Amino acid sequence: MVFSFVKRVFNQFMRDFFASRKDLKLGLYGPPNSGKTTLANKICMDWVGEELGTVSPLMHETREIQIKEQISIKNKNGKELLFNLVDTPGIATRIDYEEFLKSGMSENKAKKRAREATKGVIEAIKWLDEMDAVLVVLDATQDPYSQVNVTIIGNLQARDIPVLIVANKVDLKRSNMKKVQAAFPQYEVIGVSAKYGRNIKELYEQVFKLVK
Amino acid sequence: MVTIQLLPYTEIETLSSVGRIRKLLNIAKQDKIVLLQGRLRKEEETELIKATMEEINKEFKGIELAVIHPAQSQLSGLQKLKNDMLSAVLGDRQGLTIIGPASVVKAIKKDPNKIELLTSEKRKRSRR
Repeated sequence: MVFSFVKRVFNQFMRDFFASRKDLKLGLYGPPNSGKTTLANKICMDWVGEELGTVSPLMHETREIQIKEQISIKNKNGKELLFNLVDTPGIATRIDYEEFLKSGMSENKAKKRAREATKGVIEAIKWLDEMDAVLVVLDATQDPYSQVNVTIIGNLQARDIPVLIVANKVDLKRSNMKKVQAAFPQYEVIGVSAKYGRNIKELYEQVFKLVK
Repeated sequence: MVTIQLLPYTEIETLSSVGRIRKLLNIAKQDKIVLLQGRLRKEEETELIKATMEEINKEFKGIELAVIHPAQSQLSGLQKLKNDMLSAVLGDRQGLTIIGPASVVKAIKKDPNKIELLTSEKRKRSRR
C-alpha cells in the first residue's frame, strides 16, 4: 500500500513536472466500435481540418495507435489548449477471426485482421502509462457494465490519470445515458454524437476542465 | 457439458502477478469456467487481457471476464478504510471473478444486482 502510494505520488509529480515541457497526450480509450475514431476524426476536422483514421461498422478497424500532433482547441472564453490526440484500438478480451468471415472477408484477411487486432489491444494497454488525460468512449446503446469498461477506468484511476466518460451515439433511440451515469457515478459523463457533432462544443469545454 | 472450477483465493495468494494470470489462463484454456474468490489487482486485470491477447490462436479465441464486487460507495468511511487495509495486506478476497473461455462463454451480462452467463450452444453440441 505504501509503495503504491509513493508510486502514485511520483507518477503525478513526473506528469506535472514535465507537463510544460512535453506535449500533453489526450487518449481515446474504449471497447471496439464505440466510436473512438469517429470522435477523433470530428475533433481533428474541427481544429486541424483533416481526419485521423478510417471508420467502419466492422469491429477492430483501428488496429494501431494513431496520433494527431499539435491540436490546438479554444474554449468559449478564448483560452487555448494544445495537445496530441492519441486514438487507440478498441480493448477486447476476445477476438475471433471467424466473426470477420461473416462480413464476407477471405479467411486469410480475417486471420490477419484478428492477428493485428490482438497486437492493437496489447499496444493500447501499453500506452496507458503515457497518457496525461483520457476520454473513455463508450457506446451509449451498449451495456456499460462490461468488464472491459470497468477495467480500463479502474486502471486509469489507479494511475491517477484524469478521466472523462464520453457516452457516444446518443443520436440513436436505444441509447441510455442514465444507465452509463449509473454505472460510473463517481465520474463526469457527457453524452455526444461524434457522427453528427451533437454536444461536441460541450465536450471541448469538459476537456479544458479535465486537464486544468 | 460446461465445467466450472472454483478457485479459493488461497490458491493464488502466494503467487506472483504473472503466476496468478498464468494459472487462471491455463484453466480457461482447458475450456473450464473459473470462479475465483475475490479479485485480481486492477493492474493484473489489464495484464490478464494482455496475456490473453498474446495467446489467441485458432483454438483459443480469448476469454469473457466479469468481476462482482460489493459497491464501495455503499460502505461507511470506516468500513471502506478497514476493507482497503485488509485488501492491501491479505489481497482482495471480496466479491467474485468469473473467467470463461470465449469458445464456451458467449457473453457475461452484468448489472449491479445480477449476473448472467450465456454459454455457447454450438460449442456444447459439438462436444457431445
